[in-house]
Amino acid sequence: MSIAEETPQSRRDWLLSDAPTTRRQARLGAMYQGWLTFRGNKLAMFGLVILILLIAMAIFAPWLSPQSPFSQNLTDRLQPPSAAHWLGTDHLGRDILSRLIHGSRITLFIVGTVALIAPIIGLFIGTVAGFAGGWVDQVLMRITDIFLAFPKLILALAFVAALGPSIGNAVLALALTAWPPYARLARAETLTIRNADFIAAARLQGAGPLRLLIGHIWPLCISSLIVRVALDMAGIILSAAGLGFLGLGAQPPMPEWGAMISDGRTYILDFWWVAAMPGIAIFVVSLAFNLLGDGLRDVLDPKGAKE
Amino acid sequence: MSETLLSVRDLRVAFPTRQGVFEAVRGVSFDLGRERLGVVGESGSGKSMTGRAILGLVRPPGKVTADRLTLDGQSILNLPERKMRAIRGSHISMVMQDPKFSLNPVVKIGDQIMEAYRLHAGRGSGNARDKALEMLAAVQIRDPERVMDAYPHEVSGGMGQRIMIAMMLAPDPEILIADEPTSALDVSVRTEVLNIMDRLVRDRGMGLIFISHDLNLVAQFCDRVLIMYAGRIVETIEAKNLHNARHPYTQGLLNSLPRLDQPVKHLPVLERQDSWRDAPLIDESMETELPGGL
Amino acid sequence: MLTVEGLDVWFGYPPDRVDAVQDASFTVAQGESFGLVGESGSGKSTILRAIAGLIDTWSGRIVVDDQQVEGRRRDRAFHKTVQMVFQDPYASLHPRHSVDRVLSETLKLQGMDDIDRRVQRLLDDVGLGRGFRFRYPHQLSGGQRQRVAIARALAAEPRLLLLDEPTSALDVSVQAEILNLMTDLRAEHGLTYVMVSHDLAVVGHMCDRLAVMQGGRIVEVMKVEDLRQGAASEAYTKSLIEASAGYVRA
Repeated sequence: MSIAEETPQSRRDWLLSDAPTTRRQARLGAMYQGWLTFRGNKLAMFGLVILILLIAMAIFAPWLSPQSPFSQNLTDRLQPPSAAHWLGTDHLGRDILSRLIHGSRITLFIVGTVALIAPIIGLFIGTVAGFAGGWVDQVLMRITDIFLAFPKLILALAFVAALGPSIGNAVLALALTAWPPYARLARAETLTIRNADFIAAARLQGAGPLRLLIGHIWPLCISSLIVRVALDMAGIILSAAGLGFLGLGAQPPMPEWGAMISDGRTYILDFWWVAAMPGIAIFVVSLAFNLLGDGLRDVLDPKGAKE
Repeated sequence: MSETLLSVRDLRVAFPTRQGVFEAVRGVSFDLGRERLGVVGESGSGKSMTGRAILGLVRPPGKVTADRLTLDGQSILNLPERKMRAIRGSHISMVMQDPKFSLNPVVKIGDQIMEAYRLHAGRGSGNARDKALEMLAAVQIRDPERVMDAYPHEVSGGMGQRIMIAMMLAPDPEILIADEPTSALDVSVRTEVLNIMDRLVRDRGMGLIFISHDLNLVAQFCDRVLIMYAGRIVETIEAKNLHNARHPYTQGLLNSLPRLDQPVKHLPVLERQDSWRDAPLIDESMETELPGGL
Repeated sequence: MLTVEGLDVWFGYPPDRVDAVQDASFTVAQGESFGLVGESGSGKSTILRAIAGLIDTWSGRIVVDDQQVEGRRRDRAFHKTVQMVFQDPYASLHPRHSVDRVLSETLKLQGMDDIDRRVQRLLDDVGLGRGFRFRYPHQLSGGQRQRVAIARALAAEPRLLLLDEPTSALDVSVQAEILNLMTDLRAEHGLTYVMVSHDLAVVGHMCDRLAVMQGGRIVEVMKVEDLRQGAASEAYTKSLIEASAGYVRA
């Protein structure tokens, strides 16, 4: 009994120790500190909970959804929310709740892939440009500028139009249009780090440019990139939905949220729920990512945190 | 000591942290007259925090408490920000360590000084310009007209610090709190800046709180010295007697300085003792003022 | 050990070119401790950075251990001979690298083996115990950080240490500890020091000879004994000594 009460306390002390005795304890301790800061931000925790629910929803979609997202029932079309169909049915009589639940998989796939590709391209280009300087910097940054010169969605549209509409191409297009801001950010960070004494010290040990870039500069750029990604997620979801809405992303009958809004727009005045339900879903998830990003900034990027 | 300008009793500054409440200042008491009062201590001793607490510049979640914190008999403890702003500048001013961070980089120096003056005096602009020129001249800037139209990055560190002082003095404060005003300056410039502050104390009868880590400088420049350790004052002493300080901490600090006239192979190292954290204050003046029989 | 001849260092291009160091020459013998003194902007730190290969816009001759160096290129042997300790211990340690990572990476770069034991040795050498090995910089005080920085510099087992104001960011009591540590290390490892400082007393304590710099030029090279007796031949040096002695009320 008493042991059970003491163990968590001593584990906390172990994690918060100022003098860790092993590499593992030091690393876990640093992570725990971050978690404590994050936990202090109520709104961020709220965002995290929503996202965990979203992930759980995506994983358990087949078991959670009351009906198949594809099965049509034209006699039940455009039914308002009721006990049988909690969120109503669409113009083909499909259960909107089931489609939303299955659609979370698509949303997560899009967001996850873009969030993986764009910052990595950006990080690589930005840090190389900032670190190398000179003509390398000029060339890479001018390319970045070209990408930045076009509105994101228009550029994505052009890509998808060229590659052919499909969910995979939509993701690719979004990723290719999303990286320039990350490159800018990474370059700016690199420029401030490049002349730091600890980089000079590593140079004096004979560390090569590759080691400096990967081992010393990347770890310091990554945190601000993660924050930026989390804050940009909402925009990515909206862009994906936009592509879906224009019919250039997920193809019917896939239950992509943006495509669902597009389907509902014909009936928006008389059967509001068809478009409103996926709209609310997009809104909630975007908000959750935004809140999460704010919390992550407190943890990872103390400079930018509120006072 | 002359009349008391500022009176502080049992001043405490506490910050809540994950490990519990951290007290940066733990019961500091002193009176400031029209004098140069030095506050020395190492980093983390709470000397800067004391200055900030007096000016109401401790940011939340930091909490300031005191039995008494009075300026000319009026309590200035935890005043609302609007009232505190009126006091800052017109009654108490502060000069920070690095002028680069205290001056607005995109506003001309002259405009900044006039702004500071107008905020507190609320008079016409022609008057403010004259006053600003006068202040710049008072801090020994040779070509005040030119400096008025310069931006902060166009002047050197020493001149920046003098401009800061000019700005702080424009509204004629009674007390100047200088937090390491010369630490970022070269020795040759340092003397000039100190001379200016010295003259202001003498000519205008200002009270000066001079926060510094440099014991020798404080001993030479100030009238009276408070030595702080771990958030408390451990010793107060006449500046000229500083080298005969009694507290082992003060002695340790003095001994650990390398000296040109006394070469040694190893410098004596300060051995900190836990008892210093709570031991009673060594106050020279109390002993000299009260006869031994009492 | 170190010869610098006719060193010019500049930054930027005409018309904005700034000549940070002009025609600086001095030699440092094996085992000697040499000080570079001057006010901010006098070019003293710039000389160290040019020697270390952190600046490539310089001309003149720099010979380290009978090897002439060029531009920014330095070979492995140079890094094994020369190391540097920086002024600000808050900026010279990578904020996300633990002490263990800093030291073991350095040892690996220097091609050392038996890293675990060596890290422990280095920490012992600079007076940090076992408990500090896995800490991150934010868990260390300024003095402890500077000890780590010194341990990092020692990892290569260099013979020449360039010290750039190693104690100016520290409290005096901590300064005393670090200066003592450097005195001991020099005796123990037979190191040669080139130390930059604005503090005459610190240079007087640590060095055998010193060069006084003003506006990018070396005005005077003198023995520390002469400095102690105030026997400077140049007016600037005299004024510097006087100003360092402290404040005299006008």
